[in-house]
Amino acid sequence: MKHVGLAASIAALVVSTPALADVNVCITVSATGPAASLGVPEQNTIPMLPKEVGGQAVNYTSFDDATDPTAAVKNVRKCIEEQRADLLIGSSATPATIAVAGVAAETKTPLITLAPVGLPEESEEWTFRAPQAVDQMASAIVDHMKANGVKTLGFIGYADGYGELWLNVMNKALEGTDITMEPVERFARNDTSVTGQVLKLVSARPDAVLVVASGTPAALPNLTLAERGYQGQIYHTHGSASLDFIRVAGDAAEGTILPVGPVVVADQLPDEHPSKEVGMEYTKAYEEAHGAGSLSSFGGHMFDAGQMMAATVPVAMEKAEPGSEEFRAALRDALENMNEVVGVHGVFNTSADDHYGHDERSRVLVTVEGGAWKYME
Amino acid sequence: MDSTIALFLIQDGVINGAIYALLAVALVLVFAVTRVILVPQGDFVTFGGLSLAALEAGRTPGAIWLLVMLAAAAAVMDAFVAAREGDVGKAVRLLLRNLLPALLIAAAVHLLAPLRLGMAVNVLLVIAITVPIGPYLYRVAFQPLADASVLVLLIAAVGVHLALTALGLVLFGAEGYRTAPVISGSFEIGPFFVSAQSLLVLAATLILLAALALFFGRTLIGKALRASAINRRGARLVGIPTMLSGRIAFAMAAAIGVVSAVLIAPLTTLYYDSGFIIGLKGFVAAIIGGLAAYPPAVAAAMAVGLLESFSSFWASAFKEAIVFAAIVPVLLWRSLTTQHADEEE
Repeated sequence: MKHVGLAASIAALVVSTPALADVNVCITVSATGPAASLGVPEQNTIPMLPKEVGGQAVNYTSFDDATDPTAAVKNVRKCIEEQRADLLIGSSATPATIAVAGVAAETKTPLITLAPVGLPEESEEWTFRAPQAVDQMASAIVDHMKANGVKTLGFIGYADGYGELWLNVMNKALEGTDITMEPVERFARNDTSVTGQVLKLVSARPDAVLVVASGTPAALPNLTLAERGYQGQIYHTHGSASLDFIRVAGDAAEGTILPVGPVVVADQLPDEHPSKEVGMEYTKAYEEAHGAGSLSSFGGHMFDAGQMMAATVPVAMEKAEPGSEEFRAALRDALENMNEVVGVHGVFNTSADDHYGHDERSRVLVTVEGGAWKYME
Repeated sequence: MDSTIALFLIQDGVINGAIYALLAVALVLVFAVTRVILVPQGDFVTFGGLSLAALEAGRTPGAIWLLVMLAAAAAVMDAFVAAREGDVGKAVRLLLRNLLPALLIAAAVHLLAPLRLGMAVNVLLVIAITVPIGPYLYRVAFQPLADASVLVLLIAAVGVHLALTALGLVLFGAEGYRTAPVISGSFEIGPFFVSAQSLLVLAATLILLAALALFFGRTLIGKALRASAINRRGARLVGIPTMLSGRIAFAMAAAIGVVSAVLIAPLTTLYYDSGFIIGLKGFVAAIIGGLAAYPPAVAAAMAVGLLESFSSFWASAFKEAIVFAAIVPVLLWRSLTTQHADEEE
């Protein structure tokens, strides 16, 4: 499977003059560098994207930008020039994605990003996003807090952009509720101890604690809170949705609640959830190719970019031939007017004001039970 | 803040301080003997800790590849020097002497790793992997520069650190690991709990510091190292080989790194790049101690640990800034009170 994918991408590279009216998609992901844990599953998903849409073949040309904005820009510029790209997809992390969005606006090429970025207005016009906005994720845990009578919330998060983003979003989400957030503590990914921060949290006796971190470092606050005998509810963000977090935190992870994209627990979703069927298909295809338990939610964003493309290209083709400026403009309009497009991360309904298109079906709450994710009704 | 919290913070600070003390001592030791500011000291800790975690999971630690690569590089360099002198027999001997031990260790680790022979064997294997990396590193990166200025050696050390961090990502992956405690359990002393592992950290640090004091005071090698530290040229004149003292100093630094790794790996999650920030705090302590004497460095390390733990309680967002800013007044004070001595050329 891997080899087929490789052969396909080599073939896509070799075909330098694409057949007329084929749809050309240029992809840049961060398959190496600091964002590799996002970029690798995204790259692995490329062979699972639709090969044909509305009777037209789709050519994918994919590049690795090594999490470097300069390389990402170079990739897409080269690709736009050589392949006359109709659509761009990428990149994995925020800085490279912002850079690519600039090129998309300048060349008037629609872009589907794999990172939830905030953008200036002129880039916004041509940019659409596959992943959920952070406010969407935050609203899920705030709703859960309200339903469970949480009145005081302690916050411990990264002392970086991710922590800051969540702090702002939470402050906004808690406005008008009777939940107060205090104390607000910070830690760093590499910290060897969070004892000081946790002591401060525990001595304030909040009903719940929100841990804003990602991957294995997210385990440290849980472990220290457990050591200090904290009994309240612990919430995490979707940054912690990796099995490595459970591996390191062990028993201290049990009962933790976090919002994730539905694909993470596709097989546990209720039958009426729109993402259940497609999510299970994607999970099966991915794990057959890359091993059981290898699925991450990030590859799902790439899959959803493919779903968005499959839904919008036929609409745009009614107006113009692929490869033309008119087609790109029509594709952009179609991406802005998506209606109930189903992906593995929920359903997309975009508008001129909303280039995310997600609603509450794009996230579910899960809890850690017996060392695995468990879907919460 | 009440007294219970203060006691917890002190406990946390003292444990972290003990680890920084070990690193500070290793930095002072290596700097005194070789004039290298050993930026990669923290990497010994992460390589040791991650190797231990890999062995615990029954996997072969990636560090054996680093060991074999460094040994091969050292062997080629030694053999090249000998071959240029026209001594082929010596070249072959040096090639084998460098390569064979590393290959034997790597093979032994590879064979024993899947058997999961328990904590004691794992620790021994980690020592066998990590300690030789020190002298090989000295041979490959620093011995050719032995007569260069401190600045050049520092730049080389930064380069080695960056290379080791990048290799760490390849060898161990991006995710963090934690190991089982060497001894588990906890005691209740008055109002708060003390884990057995944290007592072990303190005890091991004290024992190691005492052992180092004995080593430098009572043994011939220790005295030779001290002699090279005090006056390199004089030491060479009385027949102490500086290359050998360099290798010994690096082996000791690596050994101290492994001890720190075994002590902290169960208390914190280690990542391939954790070494830098841990090493940097040891460095702050060593600098406060003047990069020359052990007791002030140990005292400073304790102060850094306590400062860190209390600032993480009061102002967690500024914790690192507070710890690293503490170095500024100390440097100012030192530069005003000590006489500027020219570097030995």
